[in-house]
Amino acid sequence: MNAPIDYLLHLADNALILGQRNAEWCGHGPILEEDIALSNNSLDLIGQARMLYQHAAELQGNGATEDTLAYFRDVPDFKNYTLCELPHMPLMAATSAGDRDFATTIVRNFLYSSLMVLVWDQLQNSKDAQLAAIAAKSLKEVRYHLRHSRDWLVRMGDGTAESHTKAQTALDQFMSYTQEFWTTSPAEAAALATGTGIDMAALQNDWNQIVNEALKEATLQRPAAGGFVPTGKQGLHSEHLGFVLAEMQSLARAHPEATW
Amino acid sequence: MSTPALKEWPLWEVFVRSKQGLEHKHCGSLHASDSEHALQMARDVYTRRQEGVSIWVVPSASISASEPNDKPEFFDPASDKVYRHPTFYVIPDEVGHM
Repeated sequence: MNAPIDYLLHLADNALILGQRNAEWCGHGPILEEDIALSNNSLDLIGQARMLYQHAAELQGNGATEDTLAYFRDVPDFKNYTLCELPHMPLMAATSAGDRDFATTIVRNFLYSSLMVLVWDQLQNSKDAQLAAIAAKSLKEVRYHLRHSRDWLVRMGDGTAESHTKAQTALDQFMSYTQEFWTTSPAEAAALATGTGIDMAALQNDWNQIVNEALKEATLQRPAAGGFVPTGKQGLHSEHLGFVLAEMQSLARAHPEATW
Repeated sequence: MSTPALKEWPLWEVFVRSKQGLEHKHCGSLHASDSEHALQMARDVYTRRQEGVSIWVVPSASISASEPNDKPEFFDPASDKVYRHPTFYVIPDEVGHM
């Protein structure tokens, strides 16, 4: 039995967009070793995205490939969490620019990988055998991502007054976006019904525990999540995704028949 | 929040034993804020997270090295005393590599 295509795309798009975001750090990391760690994280995520796109493309047929799915879909077709597409800086209005903020990147990676260790663990039992195999591989990677981001979260939260403030600001900014994890999209409901997906709401307690323990150790305050629930996984995105895609897809779209 | 910020991260030496390897080999050095951090970085930089490898990190300041000037008294005396080397024994084939 195969998972619904939209469900696979949701998982793939999360990995691709966050991988693209983390790749933006290449050559800009706070130190050489951290530069390598973030690129490594990005490569893992893009690898996960590729496996998921290949699986989805096979199910979709009609000449779809991993490349057509990555490069020739537009904003409303992307099913990633809104959290994954936000820039690496405290939120600002419209097109105003700021510097890359390492704390923002780390907090986002922490919130996402805290979720994905639970998701991939459960998806190892998916009735979609290919998805189960992808989950087993991805779980090993995401455990490392969690360790890396959690470690930095504690270092920054429990570091200097300035690093604490930056980590707290990033957390305040991102926590509302995590509400999207627990609402069920049509694709998730369909996947759950066939036993190829999982019940996300059932992961909430475990996720809270991972997050709360880390925040306590980092001496950070967990902000109350607001009333806003993002809808990225249903294709309704923030204004940021369009810019990410424009940059990511420009070459492929300029030369649509090219091979490389 | 009371920890003062480090102005410069100390240097660590990295030793890696590969999957089939018999012993740890020195493979390089890196700057890191503490040992846990150094381990994670060594994992990314030197092992590409291969499974089944072992990593040691040691603060460079903890390593004492022999002086090149000490070479005559440290190493030379042994080379002309062949009886110090067990090279006169025939190793049976079944022992293999030793």
